[in-house]
Amino acid sequence: MIEVSTDAIDAGKLKAELLHPGAGGFCSFEGWVRNENDGRSVRRLEYEAYEPLVIAEGKKVLAEARQRFPYLAARCVHRTGLLEVGDLAVWVGVASAHREEAFKACRYIIDEIKVRLPIWKKEHYTNGDSGWVNCERCAEHRQD
Amino acid sequence: MSPPEKTITVRYFAVFREHAGIGEETLSLSVATAKDVFERTRLRHGSSEPNGHCKVAINDEMADWSSPVNDGDTVLLFPPVAGG
Repeated sequence: MIEVSTDAIDAGKLKAELLHPGAGGFCSFEGWVRNENDGRSVRRLEYEAYEPLVIAEGKKVLAEARQRFPYLAARCVHRTGLLEVGDLAVWVGVASAHREEAFKACRYIIDEIKVRLPIWKKEHYTNGDSGWVNCERCAEHRQD
Repeated sequence: MSPPEKTITVRYFAVFREHAGIGEETLSLSVATAKDVFERTRLRHGSSEPNGHCKVAINDEMADWSSPVNDGDTVLLFPPVAGG
Protein backbone atom coordinates (compact mmCIF):
# COMPACT_ATOMS: atom_id res chain seq x y z
CA MET A 1 0.00 0.00 0.00
CA ILE A 2 1.26 3.44 -0.89
CA GLU A 3 -0.20 6.81 -0.04
CA VAL A 4 0.43 10.53 -0.16
CA SER A 5 -0.23 12.59 2.95
CA THR A 6 -0.37 16.24 3.88
CA ASP A 7 -0.25 15.21 7.55
CA ALA A 8 2.81 14.26 9.61
CA ILE A 9 3.84 10.62 9.21
CA ASP A 10 3.33 8.45 12.29
CA ALA A 11 6.06 5.82 11.84
CA GLY A 12 5.03 3.85 14.92
CA LYS A 13 1.47 3.50 13.71
CA LEU A 14 2.61 2.42 10.24
CA LYS A 15 4.99 -0.17 11.68
CA ALA A 16 2.23 -1.59 13.89
CA GLU A 17 0.05 -2.03 10.80
CA LEU A 18 2.70 -4.30 9.26
CA LEU A 19 2.76 -6.77 12.15
CA HIS A 20 2.36 -10.27 10.72
CA PRO A 21 2.56 -13.61 12.53
CA GLY A 22 4.76 -15.02 9.77
CA ALA A 23 7.23 -12.14 9.86
CA GLY A 24 10.67 -12.78 11.28
CA GLY A 25 12.14 -9.51 10.08
CA PHE A 26 11.16 -5.90 9.53
CA CYS A 27 13.08 -3.17 7.77
CA SER A 28 12.15 0.49 7.36
CA PHE A 29 13.62 3.54 5.67
CA GLU A 30 12.91 7.08 6.75
CA GLY A 31 13.76 10.05 4.55
CA TRP A 32 14.28 13.20 6.64
CA VAL A 33 14.51 16.85 5.65
CA ARG A 34 18.19 17.87 5.82
CA ASN A 35 19.48 21.36 6.50
CA GLU A 36 21.78 21.55 3.47
CA ASN A 37 22.08 20.41 -0.12
CA ASP A 38 24.95 20.96 -2.55
CA GLY A 39 26.55 23.37 -0.12
CA ARG A 40 23.42 25.50 0.27
CA SER A 41 21.76 26.03 3.61
CA VAL A 42 18.17 24.71 3.47
CA ARG A 43 15.43 26.19 5.64
CA ARG A 44 12.53 23.97 4.53
CA LEU A 45 11.31 21.75 1.67
CA GLU A 46 8.11 21.87 -0.32
CA TYR A 47 6.87 18.62 -1.87
CA GLU A 48 4.34 18.41 -4.67
CA ALA A 49 2.90 15.15 -5.98
CA TYR A 50 0.44 14.07 -8.63
CA GLU A 51 -1.45 11.65 -6.44
CA PRO A 52 -3.31 9.50 -9.02
CA LEU A 53 -0.06 8.46 -10.66
CA VAL A 54 1.94 8.27 -7.43
CA ILE A 55 -0.57 5.64 -6.31
CA ALA A 56 -0.71 3.80 -9.64
CA GLU A 57 3.06 3.77 -10.21
CA GLY A 58 3.75 3.11 -6.53
CA LYS A 59 1.58 -0.01 -6.64
CA LYS A 60 3.68 -1.26 -9.56
CA VAL A 61 6.88 -0.63 -7.57
CA LEU A 62 5.56 -2.57 -4.58
CA ALA A 63 4.46 -5.45 -6.84
CA GLU A 64 7.88 -5.55 -8.51
CA ALA A 65 9.60 -5.57 -5.12
CA ARG A 66 7.39 -8.43 -3.94
CA GLN A 67 8.14 -10.44 -7.05
CA ARG A 68 11.90 -9.95 -6.67
CA PHE A 69 12.09 -10.24 -2.89
CA PRO A 70 8.94 -12.01 -1.62
CA TYR A 71 7.75 -10.12 1.45
CA LEU A 72 4.67 -10.45 3.61
CA ALA A 73 3.62 -6.82 3.92
CA ALA A 74 4.88 -3.42 2.80
CA ARG A 75 3.78 0.16 3.20
CA CYS A 76 4.95 3.52 1.92
CA VAL A 77 3.84 7.06 2.74
CA HIS A 78 5.20 10.22 1.11
CA ARG A 79 4.54 13.69 2.45
CA THR A 80 3.45 16.70 0.44
CA GLY A 81 3.36 20.36 1.39
CA LEU A 82 5.83 22.40 3.42
CA LEU A 83 8.23 20.43 5.63
CA GLU A 84 10.72 21.75 8.15
CA VAL A 85 14.25 20.49 8.80
CA GLY A 86 14.04 17.18 10.65
CA ASP A 87 10.55 16.33 9.41
CA LEU A 88 9.87 12.87 8.03
CA ALA A 89 9.36 13.17 4.26
CA VAL A 90 8.98 9.52 3.28
CA TRP A 91 8.57 6.24 5.15
CA VAL A 92 8.95 2.74 3.72
CA GLY A 93 8.41 -0.39 5.80
CA VAL A 94 8.66 -4.05 4.83
CA ALA A 95 7.91 -7.16 6.89
CA SER A 96 9.12 -10.53 5.66
CA ALA A 97 9.84 -14.05 6.85
CA HIS A 98 13.60 -13.42 6.82
CA ARG A 99 15.75 -10.26 6.96
CA GLU A 100 17.19 -10.64 3.46
CA GLU A 101 13.88 -9.93 1.70
CA ALA A 102 13.03 -7.07 4.07
CA PHE A 103 16.34 -5.27 3.49
CA LYS A 104 16.34 -5.75 -0.28
CA ALA A 105 12.66 -4.95 -0.86
CA CYS A 106 12.91 -1.80 1.27
CA ARG A 107 15.96 -0.63 -0.71
CA TYR A 108 14.28 -1.41 -4.03
CA ILE A 109 11.11 0.47 -3.11
CA ILE A 110 12.79 3.70 -1.98
CA ASP A 111 15.21 3.68 -4.92
CA GLU A 112 12.39 3.29 -7.45
CA ILE A 113 10.18 5.86 -5.71
CA LYS A 114 12.89 8.48 -6.05
CA VAL A 115 13.27 8.09 -9.81
CA ARG A 116 9.81 7.02 -11.01
CA LEU A 117 7.02 8.63 -9.03
CA PRO A 118 5.69 12.08 -10.03
CA ILE A 119 6.88 13.87 -6.91
CA TRP A 120 8.78 17.17 -6.94
CA LYS A 121 10.84 18.88 -4.29
CA LYS A 122 11.43 22.61 -3.96
CA GLU A 123 14.18 23.74 -1.63
CA HIS A 124 13.72 26.97 0.29
CA TYR A 125 17.12 28.30 1.35
CA THR A 126 18.02 30.31 4.41
CA ASN A 127 19.00 33.29 2.21
CA GLY A 128 15.42 33.51 0.86
CA ASP A 129 16.09 31.87 -2.54
CA SER A 130 14.34 28.71 -3.65
CA GLY A 131 14.84 26.12 -6.35
CA TRP A 132 13.35 22.89 -7.70
CA VAL A 133 15.65 19.90 -7.20
CA ASN A 134 16.96 18.12 -10.34
CA CYS A 135 15.71 20.96 -12.52
CA GLU A 136 18.78 23.09 -13.12
CA ARG A 137 17.97 23.71 -16.78
CA CYS A 138 14.23 24.15 -16.47
CA ALA A 139 14.42 27.94 -16.28
CA GLU A 140 16.93 28.69 -19.03
CA HIS A 141 14.37 29.96 -21.50
CA ARG A 142 13.03 32.30 -18.87
CA GLN A 143 16.47 33.83 -18.39
CA ASP A 144 17.05 34.45 -22.14
CA MET B 1 2.71 16.89 -44.31
CA SER B 2 1.98 18.08 -40.79
CA PRO B 3 -0.36 16.07 -38.55
CA PRO B 4 -3.98 17.26 -38.34
CA GLU B 5 -4.87 19.74 -35.59
CA LYS B 6 -6.09 18.14 -32.39
CA THR B 7 -7.62 19.56 -29.27
CA ILE B 8 -5.22 18.66 -26.47
CA THR B 9 -5.46 19.56 -22.80
CA VAL B 10 -1.96 20.06 -21.40
CA ARG B 11 -1.33 19.93 -17.66
CA TYR B 12 1.79 21.45 -16.11
CA PHE B 13 3.35 20.46 -12.79
CA ALA B 14 5.83 21.94 -10.31
CA VAL B 15 8.35 24.20 -12.10
CA PHE B 16 6.49 23.86 -15.42
CA ARG B 17 3.29 25.12 -13.78
CA GLU B 18 5.13 28.03 -12.21
CA HIS B 19 6.64 29.05 -15.53
CA ALA B 20 3.44 28.62 -17.51
CA GLY B 21 1.54 30.55 -14.85
CA ILE B 22 -1.33 28.06 -15.17
CA GLY B 23 -1.95 24.45 -14.22
CA GLU B 24 -3.57 23.46 -17.47
CA GLU B 25 -4.77 24.76 -20.80
CA THR B 26 -6.56 23.39 -23.83
CA LEU B 27 -4.81 24.00 -27.13
CA SER B 28 -5.33 23.24 -30.80
CA LEU B 29 -2.06 21.63 -31.84
CA SER B 30 -0.79 19.93 -34.96
CA VAL B 31 0.97 17.09 -33.17
CA ALA B 32 1.45 13.35 -33.52
CA THR B 33 3.28 12.29 -30.35
CA ALA B 34 3.73 13.24 -26.69
CA LYS B 35 7.16 14.63 -27.59
CA ASP B 36 5.54 16.95 -30.14
CA VAL B 37 3.33 18.34 -27.36
CA PHE B 38 6.39 18.88 -25.14
CA GLU B 39 8.22 20.71 -27.93
CA ARG B 40 5.20 22.81 -28.93
CA THR B 41 4.65 23.95 -25.35
CA ARG B 42 8.36 24.34 -24.48
CA LEU B 43 8.23 28.13 -24.48
CA ARG B 44 5.12 28.08 -22.33
CA HIS B 45 6.68 25.86 -19.67
CA GLY B 46 9.93 27.79 -19.94
CA SER B 47 12.24 24.80 -20.20
CA SER B 48 15.36 23.86 -22.06
CA GLU B 49 15.46 20.64 -20.08
CA PRO B 50 15.80 17.72 -22.54
CA ASN B 51 12.54 15.79 -22.64
CA GLY B 52 14.56 12.67 -21.76
CA HIS B 53 14.98 14.01 -18.20
CA CYS B 54 11.24 14.61 -17.91
CA LYS B 55 8.27 12.25 -17.89
CA VAL B 56 4.92 12.27 -19.61
CA ALA B 57 1.50 10.76 -19.00
CA ILE B 58 -1.52 10.63 -21.27
CA ASN B 59 -5.01 10.44 -19.73
CA ASP B 60 -3.50 9.48 -16.35
CA GLU B 61 -1.37 6.64 -17.74
CA MET B 62 2.42 6.91 -17.81
CA ALA B 63 3.49 7.10 -21.45
CA ASP B 64 6.57 7.23 -23.66
CA TRP B 65 7.60 10.31 -25.58
CA SER B 66 6.86 8.41 -28.79
CA SER B 67 3.31 7.61 -27.66
CA PRO B 68 0.65 8.91 -30.08
CA VAL B 69 -1.72 11.63 -28.90
CA ASN B 70 -5.32 11.72 -30.05
CA ASP B 71 -7.92 14.43 -30.29
CA GLY B 72 -9.33 15.09 -26.82
CA ASP B 73 -6.37 13.63 -24.90
CA THR B 74 -4.99 15.15 -21.72
CA VAL B 75 -1.19 15.24 -21.74
CA LEU B 76 0.56 15.65 -18.39
CA LEU B 77 4.08 17.11 -18.56
CA PHE B 78 6.25 16.18 -15.59
CA PRO B 79 9.55 17.99 -14.96
CA PRO B 80 12.42 15.91 -13.49
CA VAL B 81 11.11 14.11 -10.41
CA ALA B 82 12.72 14.32 -6.98
CA GLY B 83 10.84 12.23 -4.46
CA GLY B 84 12.34 10.93 -1.24
